[in-house]
Amino acid sequence: MKNKASIVVIGGGITGVSIAYNLAKAGVKDIVLLERKYLAYGATGRCGAGVRQQWGTKQNCILARESVKIFENIKDELNIDIDIEFKQKGYLLLAFTEKEWNQFQKNVQLQNSLGINSKLLTPDEAKNIVPFLNTDNLLGAAYYEKDGHANPFLTTIAYAKAAENLGVEINKGVEVLDILVKNGRIKGVYTNHGFIETEKVVNAAGGWSQNIGKMVGIDLPVYSERHEILATEPVNEILGPMVMSFSYNIYCQQTPHGSFIMGYGPKERTTSLRSSWQFLESMAQKVTRLLPPTKNLRVVRQWAGYYNMSPDHQPIVSKCEEIEGFYLAIGFSGHGFMLAPAVGILMKDIILEKKLSWDVVLDIGRFKRNEIIKEPSVV
Amino acid sequence: MDEEKIIVCRCEDITLKEIRDLIHEGYTTVEEIKRVSRAGMGPCQGKTCGPIIAREISKITGKPIEEVYKPSNRPPFGGLFFKEIVGESNEE
Ligand SMILES: Cc1cc2nc3c(=O)[nH]c(=O)nc-3n(C[C@H](O)[C@H](O)[C@H](O)COP(=O)(O)OP(=O)(O)OC[C@H]3O[C@@H](n4cnc5c(N)ncnc54)[C@H](O)[C@@H]3O)c2cc1C
Repeated sequence: MKNKASIVVIGGGITGVSIAYNLAKAGVKDIVLLERKYLAYGATGRCGAGVRQQWGTKQNCILARESVKIFENIKDELNIDIDIEFKQKGYLLLAFTEKEWNQFQKNVQLQNSLGINSKLLTPDEAKNIVPFLNTDNLLGAAYYEKDGHANPFLTTIAYAKAAENLGVEINKGVEVLDILVKNGRIKGVYTNHGFIETEKVVNAAGGWSQNIGKMVGIDLPVYSERHEILATEPVNEILGPMVMSFSYNIYCQQTPHGSFIMGYGPKERTTSLRSSWQFLESMAQKVTRLLPPTKNLRVVRQWAGYYNMSPDHQPIVSKCEEIEGFYLAIGFSGHGFMLAPAVGILMKDIILEKKLSWDVVLDIGRFKRNEIIKEPSVV
Repeated sequence: MDEEKIIVCRCEDITLKEIRDLIHEGYTTVEEIKRVSRAGMGPCQGKTCGPIIAREISKITGKPIEEVYKPSNRPPFGGLFFKEIVGESNEE
C-alpha cells in the first residue's frame, strides 16, 4: 500500500469507485481507495439496483438521466468488457391516493421538461404493461420505459477495474481508523495498515459516513436507516418493469437472472444489519395482493442494508466548508446506486475546481441557506 | 477430473474452474465470490458450495480455513413460498 496519495477515497461502494475512476480519467495520479471489507460490501451489494429517472426534483431527475446515459454505454465509457446486466424495461409507479396522483402529474411535467419522456397511464393502460396487476383502487400510474435495473456487484467491479487500469490503487481490507487534521486542513489518514499522507480525503463511506465525519470533528447531517429486501428463486420472465407504490410502500422487480427482488422502507434507525420475519410476513401480504401470481414464488434469501438519509432526501456531493481538503459524497437516501455515474463526475468537478457539469445544487451549505426542496417520491 | 465439469454450486451452476479463476483474480473471500458469481445465492444458501469454495480459497491463498469460512445464514432457511406465508385467503 502507498504511504502517500494525492487523494484518498474512503469506501469501496459504487460511489467510491465512480469517484476514483472519474478523477483518474481526468488525469489525477496517485489516487488511493480504501475499503474496510471488500468491494460492494455496504449498501451497494445489498441494494435493489433499480435505476429510475422519474423523480420529483430537478436535481434527482438530472443526475438520474445523466447516469442512465452512462449505464447505456458503460463498456465504451469504462473500456472494460464486463456486462453489467443493464435492463431497460421501465418503472411503473402506482397512484392509489389523490395526493399521489396529483404529485405524479407534477412530476411527469417536470420530467418531460428535462427530456425524460415519462407518461401518465390509466389503470387499464397499466394493466397492458403488467397484465396480472391488481388495479383495485388504482387511480392511475406513471411510466417510463427507459428506467430499469443493473447488477450492482458487476457495475462496481467494472468501475473498480477501469479505475485500476488508470492507475488507482484499490485496497480491500483496509479500514480508516482516524484522520489527521492540522489547522483545519487534512494531512493524512490512519488505517489498520499504517498511515497515508494526503491533503485530500473523499468520504464515500455510505451508511458509515457519519463516523468518518466524526474523525475530522464534524457532525454530518445524515443518519442511517435499516431497510430490508428479499429475493426469490428464478422463474421465467413474467414481469418487465419495476412496479412501485409509495402508499403500499413497496418496490418489486424481476431481474434478468429471473429472480424477483422486492423491498420496502420500514424506516428504522437500528444499527442492526439482520433481517426480520416481520419484514417477510408483511412483504408477502403486500406483494401477493398487488401482484397475485407472486404467491407461487419461493423466497430464498432476505437481507438488510443501510439507507444513508439526508435532510432533503437528495445526495450531498460537496466540499466540506470547515475542513480544507475534506469532501463528501453521502446521504443518498436510498437511490445512490442509480446516481453514482453522475455523482462521480460531479465530485471530480468539485475537487478539480471546475464548473459543475450540470446545474444542480448538492453542496452541504444548502441546508443552512434554507434552499432545500424535499424529494417527494421516495420509498 | 476436469475442473470445467465439476459443479461446485448446484443452485447456480458454477464450476470449480470458475471458482478457481475468481480466486486467482483476487476474490479471496466466500462473500466476494458470491457477489461476483452468484455462487451461494440459490435456494440452498451456500450450504453445499460454501465449504468447498472456502477450501479452495484456503488452498490457493494459504489462509487458514477458519479465517475464510464464516457463513452468515440468512432466513428463510430452505426457501418458503409466499402462499405458505399468506395462506390461500389472500387469493384473488
Ligand atoms: C435494501 C436497499 C435497497 C436499495 N435499493 C436501491 C435501488 O433500487 N436503487 C438505487 O439507486 N439505490 C438503492 N439503494 C441505495 C443504494 O444502495 C446506496 O445509495 C448506494 O449503494 C450507496 O453507495 P455508496 O458507495 O455511497 O455506499 P456503500 O455501498 O455503503 O459503500 C460504503 C463503503 O464504505 C466502507 N467503509 C465504511 N467505513 C469505512 C472505513 N472506516 N474505512 C474503510 N472503508 C469504510 C464500507 O465497508 C462500504 O463498503 C438501496 C439500498 C438498500 C439498503
